[in-house]
Amino acid sequence: MNRIDQRFAALKADGRRALIPFITAGDPAPDYTVGFMHAMVEAGADILELGVPFSDPMADGPVIQKACERALKHDVRLIHLFEMVREFRERDQDTPVVLMGYLNPVERIGLDAFADQAAAAGVDGVLTVDMPPEEADEFGPILKARGLASIFLVAPTTSHERAATICAHGEGYLYYVALKGVTGAATLNAEEVASHLAPLRELTELPLCVGFGIRDGASAAKVGEVADGVIVGSALVSRIAANAEQPERIAGELKVVLSEMREALDALGGH
Amino acid sequence: MSKFSDLTRLPDARGHFGPYGGRFVSETLSFALDDLEKTYMSLRDDPDFQAEFDYDLAHYVGRPSPLYHAERWSRKLGGARVWLKREDLNHTGAHKVNNTIGQALLAKKSGKPRVIAETGAGQHGVATATVAARLGLECEVYMGAEDVERQKLNVYRMRLLGANVIPVESGTRTLKDAMNEALRDWVTNVDNTFYIIGTVAGPHPYPMLVRDFNAVVGREARRQSFEEFGKLPDALIACVGGGSNAMGLFYPFVEDDEVVMYGVEAGGDGIETGRHAAPLSSNAPRGVLHGNRTYLMSDEGGQVSHTHSISAGLDYPGVGPEHALWKDVGRVNYVAANDDAVLEAFRELTHIEGIMPALESAHALAYAKVLAPTLGPDRNIVVNLSGRGDKDILTVAKLDGINI
Repeated sequence: MNRIDQRFAALKADGRRALIPFITAGDPAPDYTVGFMHAMVEAGADILELGVPFSDPMADGPVIQKACERALKHDVRLIHLFEMVREFRERDQDTPVVLMGYLNPVERIGLDAFADQAAAAGVDGVLTVDMPPEEADEFGPILKARGLASIFLVAPTTSHERAATICAHGEGYLYYVALKGVTGAATLNAEEVASHLAPLRELTELPLCVGFGIRDGASAAKVGEVADGVIVGSALVSRIAANAEQPERIAGELKVVLSEMREALDALGGH
Repeated sequence: MSKFSDLTRLPDARGHFGPYGGRFVSETLSFALDDLEKTYMSLRDDPDFQAEFDYDLAHYVGRPSPLYHAERWSRKLGGARVWLKREDLNHTGAHKVNNTIGQALLAKKSGKPRVIAETGAGQHGVATATVAARLGLECEVYMGAEDVERQKLNVYRMRLLGANVIPVESGTRTLKDAMNEALRDWVTNVDNTFYIIGTVAGPHPYPMLVRDFNAVVGREARRQSFEEFGKLPDALIACVGGGSNAMGLFYPFVEDDEVVMYGVEAGGDGIETGRHAAPLSSNAPRGVLHGNRTYLMSDEGGQVSHTHSISAGLDYPGVGPEHALWKDVGRVNYVAANDDAVLEAFRELTHIEGIMPALESAHALAYAKVLAPTLGPDRNIVVNLSGRGDKDILTVAKLDGINI
């Protein structure tokens, strides 16, 4: 059983929601990332999403674009991400790690080489933003053969028919994009999210996690009422940006944001 | 029977040209692309739609554009006869309007009140602003901040036409970043916005429909060749950035095996310097950007490379996926012309024929200067003069040390 499945099984048994933070690897500099990962776990994170820096992050708003730019100043590449995950695993063998990014850096090193190295480093899942299931014929089986989960997005604009296809391909969890727009754009509408998640429940047993527009404990709790997990990215990355000149402060800042969300989610009780 | 007939049956149902093309977008856009594909497939063979398109091309754009024998220049080059397909004479001054007329008709059918576009040299932005003005649509054009500076005239033209030009400060501040920002806008405003992509790249169905709308160039050129010199041309030459004008000229000749084709990329300071925008002729790796797989200039970490070209319209690290396949199967020869050769061709055509070409089109002319002397006087070369050079006057003046 993949670490992601194990984690959701344990959360379900406890009646708790998953808290899934996203940060861009290498932001503000590569030496800090592993420390941030441990700090986020200490603050209650269940699964970590690690962003792969890319020069052209088309689905991301300014906050994560700038995070990519800060990381790319240090020429952070996939090979460095694998090293980070390997180092993280020395102290943490349980928390699932998902790599999230765009297809080009992956294709550049080759799909097989990527999957081999990711699995060897201790990665558990891969979310490629610009690769819908229709284009995953080749990559999907390569990941599966190494026990890596292919995680896909579902959007407010996804038809029920398409959602069924995505659910059939998806593993680990389903990432529901709560907003039309780029990351960090606005605050989500919890009622609208609820109305979209209900039909998805009929299609899949996969845990439904919601991202885009979750900023604080209150918005996390609202989503937590209907979802199995909440994903928070820009709210954390903006703390990194604000403290990029004093990076020793960042781990503490990330913990403050996540602890508030953890508390709010745990106050909800079982589904 | 042509050995290239299979090429006319592409893309496949999922928008692939062999290993290239496809639809690599975030999920939010999938439904809009599905919709666009359905709309276009239902209209592409609809005689009423085609008639409306043809009417606009004739009465608004001014088609057909002439096939002009550049007699004096041919004599100077000493060899084949060079013919210019005069897309510079179209309304708005370039081939770009063929596609924006077509996509504007699709936007009208879709009922969306707002159009957006990306632009490099500004020709596609102007063509989009023009059709938006005509149809009363709200129009926003994304343009790299560096291009806003070097193409000031087109920026002001767009503003006069009522478009809002948004300078893009991210990344390399050129065409690729403008396209990133347009995609971000589209994903946010997808309910009320039609994205008019300006080249034969982007996610399926864009490469196909931009090709189809521009293919009028090649259909006319083929017919005019028989009218003017009684046979098919021996060679076609067109510049390639994303590749829409080359695609438009080449596509109707794909099955004419005896017609040799040359796509001329931006060699910048020279391929060997790395400062260029020539993914095909430099044999860049395959990659994925802006919704399609293609040849893509990127570093070993998969980060998209900075490009360089004297012409904003060719300053792009990728290329349309159908060109990528045509390179692999050997249908088209892709070569590069360096900035200095381009400027020389620009000046030469202006002096000798009284035609000022766009710096983009001057890449094709620079290669005609190489090819024509190698062929006999009974041979015919058709060069796509894809746009006029008025917009480049400031760039050329600056190189001459003159401040206008």
